[in-house]
Amino acid sequence: MTFIYPVDSNKAHPLPLSPEYKSSIKRAPNKPLIPMRHTLSELTGPVYGHETVREGDNDLTTQHSGEPIGERIIVHGHVLDEDGRGVPNSLVEIWQANSCGRYVHVRDQHPAPLDPNFTGAGRTQSDAAGYYRFVTIKPGAYPWGNHHNAWRPAHIHLSVFGHSFVTRLVTQMYFPADPLFPFDPIFNSVPDEKARARMVSSFDLENTQPEWALCYRFNIVLRGKNATPMENH
Amino acid sequence: MQDNVKDNGITPSQTVGPFFKYGLTPTGDYAWNDAFTNSTLTPDVTGDRVRIEGRVFDGDGVAVPDCMLEIWQADAQGRFADPQDKRALPNASFRGFARCGTDKDGNYAFDTVKPGVVPDPDGKPQAPHVLLAVFGRGMLRHLYTRIYFSDEAGNAADPVLALVPADRRATLIATREAGKAVYRLDLRLQGDDETVFFDV
Repeated sequence: MTFIYPVDSNKAHPLPLSPEYKSSIKRAPNKPLIPMRHTLSELTGPVYGHETVREGDNDLTTQHSGEPIGERIIVHGHVLDEDGRGVPNSLVEIWQANSCGRYVHVRDQHPAPLDPNFTGAGRTQSDAAGYYRFVTIKPGAYPWGNHHNAWRPAHIHLSVFGHSFVTRLVTQMYFPADPLFPFDPIFNSVPDEKARARMVSSFDLENTQPEWALCYRFNIVLRGKNATPMENH
Repeated sequence: MQDNVKDNGITPSQTVGPFFKYGLTPTGDYAWNDAFTNSTLTPDVTGDRVRIEGRVFDGDGVAVPDCMLEIWQADAQGRFADPQDKRALPNASFRGFARCGTDKDGNYAFDTVKPGVVPDPDGKPQAPHVLLAVFGRGMLRHLYTRIYFSDEAGNAADPVLALVPADRRATLIATREAGKAVYRLDLRLQGDDETVFFDV
């Protein structure tokens, strides 16, 4: 199948400069991006080896000698293209704060405890249908220095590849009905309300495991449409 | 069942943030392994081995210590390690992808081979180039640019460089250091000599 990547789809993304998010002010280009046609360089992308994802890399609760503190959750869904077709064999990497909202990163020094049983990094590859699944701990909200009393809504960072180098996506998955949404300049950097809603996972009772873990569903839609849409419909 | 994708449209980008290192570029500093390194080199790779290095600066000219850069390129024969490239088989284990976090002084470096010539959609040759994606705290979506090589005569006829105003092309061309297989290219995210970024 041949894919095309209409540039119009990028309108869902935040603009580079979003002044409410202070760090964007000196790191956003001033000059307009230069349009160009996609060449073979843009239309191809990396394929990963067997060593990229190891057995168990998608379970962030079993990487240490004990179990991490916090609310165990399942996060699953499909990596999809713009036609709703599953994107197979796509690498999905995640990283997140622990249940207290503290990152293991040395630069996070806010007064919340680290958890010796939680690093907060995982990865998996979507299957032939585009399906992926992680087991982790629900991350906590945490304060940051953007403005007075600034708190990030709880989120899991995701990095996804897809069919080509132009489908590359780094985003954040949020949890339903977080009261911090209206105050978060990163969440609100996405101008369209419907597009913002696509970053919020859904509570999934059907796949919640009794006595064990709540489940959230999060579908990730990457760029890419069938170049000849009639052939499959 | 409730689903977060009810309408058409892609999942929007969000910043990689300041804390990606332990997940994406741990390089031995955290209890997690690296999926990728800053090298594309494999035992079977053919072609000229080169290092591409430089620094990343913000709009105040301050070094950016928390960027993540990713490269994607063809092998020395101009073939991509992707089955979507139907032309020929690349070096068997060469993948053409690498990832590097900037250090405290904004430095990055990639070890790779100089890519070969890749055709544009009209079949015209593109000068050897590496695709570069730039991620960072403060960057709500990553930026795309290209790295060309200063000692390539093909740059003059490259169809993508031709889209760039002549006085900005130098921001895309890594300069070969005298007598070494090292090319230098600094990235400037903002300002008068801002790097050219593409809308792809």
